[in-house]
Amino acid sequence: MIRIDNLSKAFVLHNQGGAVIPVMAGATLTVHPGECVGLTGPSGAGKSTLMRMIYGNYLAAGGSLFVGGLDVATASPRQIIALRRETLGYVSQFLRVVPRVPSLDVVAEPLLALRTPVDEARGRAADLLRRLNIPEGLWSLSPTTFSGGEQQRVNIARGFAHAYPVLLLDEPTASLDAANREVVLTLIEEAKARGAAILGIFHDEAARARVCDRLVDVARFTPGLAA
Amino acid sequence: MTAPAIAYNFAYLDEQTKRMIRRAILKGIAVPGYQVPFASREMPMPYGWGTGGVQVTAACLVPEDRLKVIDQGADDTTNAVSIRRFFQRTAGVAVTEATADATVIQTRHRIPETPLTEGQILVYQVPIPEPLRFLEPRETETRKMHELEEYGLMHVKLYEDIARHGQIATAYAYPVRVEGRYVMDPSPIPKFDNPKLTANPAIQLFGAGREQRIYALPPYAEVVSLDFEDHPFQATKAAHDCDLCGAKVSYLDEVITDDAGGRMFVCSDTDFCAGRRARGLIGRLGGDQKSSKTFANSFQGIWPGTEGAP
Amino acid sequence: MTAMERIAMTDQPLLRVDGLTKRYGPRIGCLDVSFDLYPGEVLGIVGESGSGKSTLLSCLAGHLQPDLGRVAYDGRDVLAMSETERRRLGRTDWAYVHQNPRDGLRMGVSAGGNVGERLMAIGARHYGEIRDKAQDWLARVEIAADRIDDRPSAFSGGMQQRLQIARNLVTAPRLVFMDEPTGGLDVSVQARLLDLLRGLVRDLGLSVIIVTHDLAVVRLLAHRLMVMKSGRVVEQGLTDQVLDDPQHAYSQLLVSSVLQV
Repeated sequence: MIRIDNLSKAFVLHNQGGAVIPVMAGATLTVHPGECVGLTGPSGAGKSTLMRMIYGNYLAAGGSLFVGGLDVATASPRQIIALRRETLGYVSQFLRVVPRVPSLDVVAEPLLALRTPVDEARGRAADLLRRLNIPEGLWSLSPTTFSGGEQQRVNIARGFAHAYPVLLLDEPTASLDAANREVVLTLIEEAKARGAAILGIFHDEAARARVCDRLVDVARFTPGLAA
Repeated sequence: MTAPAIAYNFAYLDEQTKRMIRRAILKGIAVPGYQVPFASREMPMPYGWGTGGVQVTAACLVPEDRLKVIDQGADDTTNAVSIRRFFQRTAGVAVTEATADATVIQTRHRIPETPLTEGQILVYQVPIPEPLRFLEPRETETRKMHELEEYGLMHVKLYEDIARHGQIATAYAYPVRVEGRYVMDPSPIPKFDNPKLTANPAIQLFGAGREQRIYALPPYAEVVSLDFEDHPFQATKAAHDCDLCGAKVSYLDEVITDDAGGRMFVCSDTDFCAGRRARGLIGRLGGDQKSSKTFANSFQGIWPGTEGAP
Repeated sequence: MTAMERIAMTDQPLLRVDGLTKRYGPRIGCLDVSFDLYPGEVLGIVGESGSGKSTLLSCLAGHLQPDLGRVAYDGRDVLAMSETERRRLGRTDWAYVHQNPRDGLRMGVSAGGNVGERLMAIGARHYGEIRDKAQDWLARVEIAADRIDDRPSAFSGGMQQRLQIARNLVTAPRLVFMDEPTGGLDVSVQARLLDLLRGLVRDLGLSVIIVTHDLAVVRLLAHRLMVMKSGRVVEQGLTDQVLDDPQHAYSQLLVSSVLQV
């Protein structure tokens, strides 16, 4: 579902004398349906950068990047929007929402964008929030007021609301207690079982060992770090 | 009848001005309801006293005409009397109070009760000719709205009426649509008179002196009062009969007769009322009154004497 | 036809802009602007004051006549339309939300009359139905039913802006132009408005062009982003891509100049 070939990326800082900072070169990797691949490497090696490139958040400088048959490196914004709506889910480390919107609706939103009836979408959102142990009293509140761990769980619920065929997970178990970590790992296993292709960053080695089928060391793709 | 003063051209206006106004009138008749701009002249009376109507009348008058002037239906109120005298002195035309005898009738805020006939001209005095002005202050924009027939705003005004009063409370200057095209302000006539606008055999001319606009309804023009399906237009009048002549179908003025709550309702159209009384039709309080004019004269203490030498 | 069917049926752009140029004498208003807008899409236009974003919006909405270029709406050449047609479009298929609600509302007319005007302008003549529809729209923008006969001058800034939106959307337009719709509002009121707009865009399948200098607003609202400087489009793309990985020097400056909270 994800097929990356010889992908490269550099940042050009126009306002700092046009400095060119190469951050990735020759990245190549594949993720099949039902498979979970973990990205490893030291901090700054470009794990999150790679994830963001796959999500279309960062532009690629060269190479190809196919997700579900669409080359994100060359796709139009409109194609990427459709891809994100239907195929590609992303649980980032940060929750970005309109303030004031109730958590329940934040989680249901990906489903509403797909025209799921409101009741059904809210039902699914409620199931996920319940599984992730968000007290029902908080559902009607905006997650912007929540603790870091609660925000992270709302973010995960949102990422799993729609059964995306491809999922990007950036540190999904960070800052979670044992019980919630278990719930998240179960969600990942369920997603794999239904055939989702998952690419993740896990600093939690036990979690990584449990859900990842393969590991890819991103340092290999980092200019200056590659041996 | 005094002879016209030699210092004046016939009917006061110079011939070039009359031509200019007649052109505006003809254009108005050709495009019913459309406000034709014209170069309004200074008249020997203040704006708001009928300068527009006077110019239109002056441009229409010929020596054979018989002129009637009414103000709110009455032939004998200040404004009517002074305008009638003005034309007696400057045109020397015959005057009358009888609607049926008149060839030109200048009016402020009423249409006579007696049906008009072909060949008659009814001239309205108009203060604000633009019906959209209430909601749209920009002249450039209202012109554009007329051009493009964007008349939704007129209904906003009526909507506001119903929202506020439970019914269309606009009682005068009630907007109409002419021949399915222009929305027009019929001047501040009571909406009771609106049904008389449509299919009228007379020529109806509207003159706004200060605003420099002339518009017109040719004979038998179709004029429809704006309304909502669930709040249809209704011509309303006071729920009384005339206390002088007993008429049930005429528009009535309410007159306070003392400071103890006494009041009476009388026809606003004095000619209509007097005609009925002359035919022996008497209302609740009409027995001891000679005519509505006599009745009016009983107020001489508070009204300045307006009727000069015969 | 529901909004969804409308989107599904047409994979044609709703608005197609090609080489749009407007000069004010020797000064450039906007230069050679081209883009497509699809049904259901929100396009943000950002740039500093004087960058030409408002000029562009005015040219698109037909308030200004561009010197060069083409604008096609639903396959029809907008610039070749008669003014009657264009104004009719402006009352039905299009909507324009002004930055200052006073510019988009009739301050002397009740809230219900403000919402009902567009309906009456396209021929609605049943008072009861107009009022029901106004009531419905006031509820959708979260204005209490008992305020229907109040004038907007008695409303707060946020309420006025929501009323302006209701007034614009009552005729179910397909294309909405917004000029700084959240400018001048308190932050808390902004959030509420953004939430409302997002819901309406999603539920009605609206296409929106929103001009703003607030990058946080476009991040939450716009699918795509266009960055303008000195009348030119210096960069356009997916909103978060432009904000997170800006390519042009000016975009980088713009993004890095935002104060972090």
